[in-house]
Amino acid sequence: MKVALFIPCFINAFFPDVGIATVELLERFGCEVVYPLDQTCCGQPMGNSGCERDAKATEDLFVRNFVGYDYIVAPSGSCVHHIRDHMTAGEQTPELRAVRANTYELVEFLHDVLKVKDFPWAEFPHKVGLHNSCGTLRSLRTAKMSEIEEPFFSKPMALLQNVKGIEFIKPDRPDECCGFGGTFCVTEEPVSAQMGADKVRDHKRNGAEYIVSADSSCLMHQQGCADRLELGLKFIHIAQILNGARA
Amino acid sequence: MKRVDHVGYSKKFIADEKHIQFHDKRLWALRTDRDTEVHGIVEWEELRSLASGIKEHTLTHLADYLAEFERNATSNGVVVHWAKDAEEHNRIVYDILTNRKAKVLVKSKSMLTEECEMRPYLEERGITVVETDLGEQIQQLDDEMPAHIVVPSVHKLATDVAKIFSRTIGTDPNESRIPALAEAQRQSTRPLILNADAGMTGCNFAVAETGGVTVCTNEGNADLSSNVPSLHIASIGIEKLIPKLEHLGVFIRMLSRNALGSPITQYTSHFRGPREGGEMHFVLVDNGRSERLGMEDFWYSLKCIRCGACMNTCPVYRRSSGLSYGGVYSGPIGAIINPTFDLKKYSSLPFASTMNGSCTNVCPVRINIHEQIYKWRQIIAEKNELPFVKKEAMKVAGVVLSSPTLFRAAIKSADTAVAILPRAVLYNPLNVWGKHREVPEAPEQTFRDWYLERNKK
Amino acid sequence: MSSRNAILSRLREVQPASRALPAVPMFDDKLPPPLETFKQSLVRMGGKWLDAPADGDIEGLIRSKFPDALVVCSAAPEVKGTRRIEEIERPHDLNDVDVGVVRPGFAVAETGSIWMSEKQYRVNALGYLSQHLVALLDPADITGNLHQAYHRREFFEANYAVLMSGPSATADIEGVLIRGAQGIRSLTVIPVPRTRTSG
Repeated sequence: MKVALFIPCFINAFFPDVGIATVELLERFGCEVVYPLDQTCCGQPMGNSGCERDAKATEDLFVRNFVGYDYIVAPSGSCVHHIRDHMTAGEQTPELRAVRANTYELVEFLHDVLKVKDFPWAEFPHKVGLHNSCGTLRSLRTAKMSEIEEPFFSKPMALLQNVKGIEFIKPDRPDECCGFGGTFCVTEEPVSAQMGADKVRDHKRNGAEYIVSADSSCLMHQQGCADRLELGLKFIHIAQILNGARA
Repeated sequence: MKRVDHVGYSKKFIADEKHIQFHDKRLWALRTDRDTEVHGIVEWEELRSLASGIKEHTLTHLADYLAEFERNATSNGVVVHWAKDAEEHNRIVYDILTNRKAKVLVKSKSMLTEECEMRPYLEERGITVVETDLGEQIQQLDDEMPAHIVVPSVHKLATDVAKIFSRTIGTDPNESRIPALAEAQRQSTRPLILNADAGMTGCNFAVAETGGVTVCTNEGNADLSSNVPSLHIASIGIEKLIPKLEHLGVFIRMLSRNALGSPITQYTSHFRGPREGGEMHFVLVDNGRSERLGMEDFWYSLKCIRCGACMNTCPVYRRSSGLSYGGVYSGPIGAIINPTFDLKKYSSLPFASTMNGSCTNVCPVRINIHEQIYKWRQIIAEKNELPFVKKEAMKVAGVVLSSPTLFRAAIKSADTAVAILPRAVLYNPLNVWGKHREVPEAPEQTFRDWYLERNKK
Repeated sequence: MSSRNAILSRLREVQPASRALPAVPMFDDKLPPPLETFKQSLVRMGGKWLDAPADGDIEGLIRSKFPDALVVCSAAPEVKGTRRIEEIERPHDLNDVDVGVVRPGFAVAETGSIWMSEKQYRVNALGYLSQHLVALLDPADITGNLHQAYHRREFFEANYAVLMSGPSATADIEGVLIRGAQGIRSLTVIPVPRTRTSG
């Protein structure tokens, strides 16, 4: 199965290990992973700032890089949410529509397409707080939302619970936003930092050693807050745990 | 009009630890009380769809339903007035009062009258206006706007209220026991109601089929204000219309459950006509609502039934308080309504959001709040009212990110990646990140570099 | 052009394309027993349920529950009280009432609500100026849920109607629930079947 890999701009720059783990993980499951070399960004920073029109050229480049692939996978819920739901700056050509529809967030892809259940190489004997970003939770619908009465389900937990030794803690507010929110994290810094501090304290209070998420942006923000508060929490992307990272 | 400084206000609010902790906790409790109550109703999601469908239908036939409502109200003996804007609403109310030589008006909670700034208008012209709702009265005595549409003084602690009451209604400044404060307000307000010339209520739902108005309250002040004086005026936003009495079954089941986690308000009052010897007036108010109905991306906001649940669940609202939004309507609903009143003044509100979508999930009438917030950002940018972002720099970012070579030139190494962060894009200095957070370490190579290296092998 | 016509014509210009009106079900095919449910809901909303006295002396029961009451004003024929509602000329004259007595037109089990209009109150302010209210409710008058309630014709015949659910209340200060805000401090419901004179 051929999979085109989209590595968001900030993961490329700040969290290359997440990208590496994603490649290795997909290859463990027999995927042929292709990384189109001219990719840059999905357009989200412009779109979320109100400058959708300035995202058009970036989105066109995205389509040029990824057209023709049946599966485009990215280890970033917020970017995939933007691609599937907000890539509307340009004309909705058949190519653009196909690229949008074929883009998957990593957990979605593993759970729904590859339908993997086992990660025999993985072991993570730690107490873990699972953070579902708002994009993956409410837009990509990878888990039950607390506002809605619906049967419990959680794609990331379904994957992680097969990892040897892993133990989930329960935060008091499992799906309250952590406050990253894109440029919000600097334009509304007081509230953003307060939200981040509350989030990491909640996990810490309930026994977490690690916070794991499918979104590096949330992790980056929470780690920033936790380190400033000297909480001793560690942060890791779901791709890394599933790929066998030990710590 | 100067732009609302949500950031500045929120910073002050957050610095007051006691207040923000209580505020966040109290409103989160309303959210969890709501969850417990509504999750016990098997048909809740179906009710949301029905409520949304009834409102959408009504709004697409609003002129006809308003005409039907007026016909029925008039034949019930009610005098129906129409106000195209806030100023006209205030003038109509003033005229009704002066025609009856009314000098003292007692009123229950009405966000519409706040929106119209009715109180200062009437007070300037010699009418005494008494807010009888406890939370509204606290805010009136403290000369502040309501901070929440359901619990207007939610941001205040009992000690704050004690101070306010001691300087206005003469209670002991050290008496901050809540039952004593509530009793003091009851005792001081009752005589005002008995001596009032007229009473005013808002309106939660206006039923076209009956020509009547439904008001949902808890304290008894609305029923006192409307049943003691012989003149009753109800201010009604035109979007409050619903077609039939039976539709109240849906909305009354939902309103208090979603707002407070309680099955119903203590009083669900239905006003159809004046009592013998009395007078009843309805004032139907547009004030920008018909314009909003014509906005393809935003007319769903007219479905709002003012439950406040979006505020309770909003993590930004809970940590900044309603007063930081600078308007009568705050939180998520405020962010999508207020820009229609004044785009420049409220241009910061759609950015006081992480677009997390929790508000949309709790909205009883399925308003797509967080999606409208995204759309407002596009309009604000188009009209050159971006509060934080340098629009020209966004253009540059758009150019750099659309060109692989320019992009790679900009990130020659992982270190320089820091430069691509929006220092040039935002008006805030980059070290804003570092005020309460550690800055991430820059890794040795980018992912792309690693991939190319691996492929060489 | 009058504001009325300006508003209506503007609305007709901008109204989005018609959306259909959904049909609202009654949601009443599996309702729990009405009397028990009403009692539970009433208590949840802060009201009290008082079993009818074995000797049928409702007046005596009320006097024993409110021994300090000086003014008992009744709008229900079963209870004489110290002042009849028919004597009241102005609502303001009810300000000194300790206990008001009324027979609701019907009640709603789902929410523990009792329904009164000017027909039951005679003077509406009885329900709001009184310090306490006692309601004589025929259990046969309890309807299952709000959908059923809002199909009743009584609403079309009343100038004023209220679904009263417990006593007045507020939680405006720090979220602390206070029962007895500006209206009645307590609501007591006593089951009393209707008779020919009940009205």
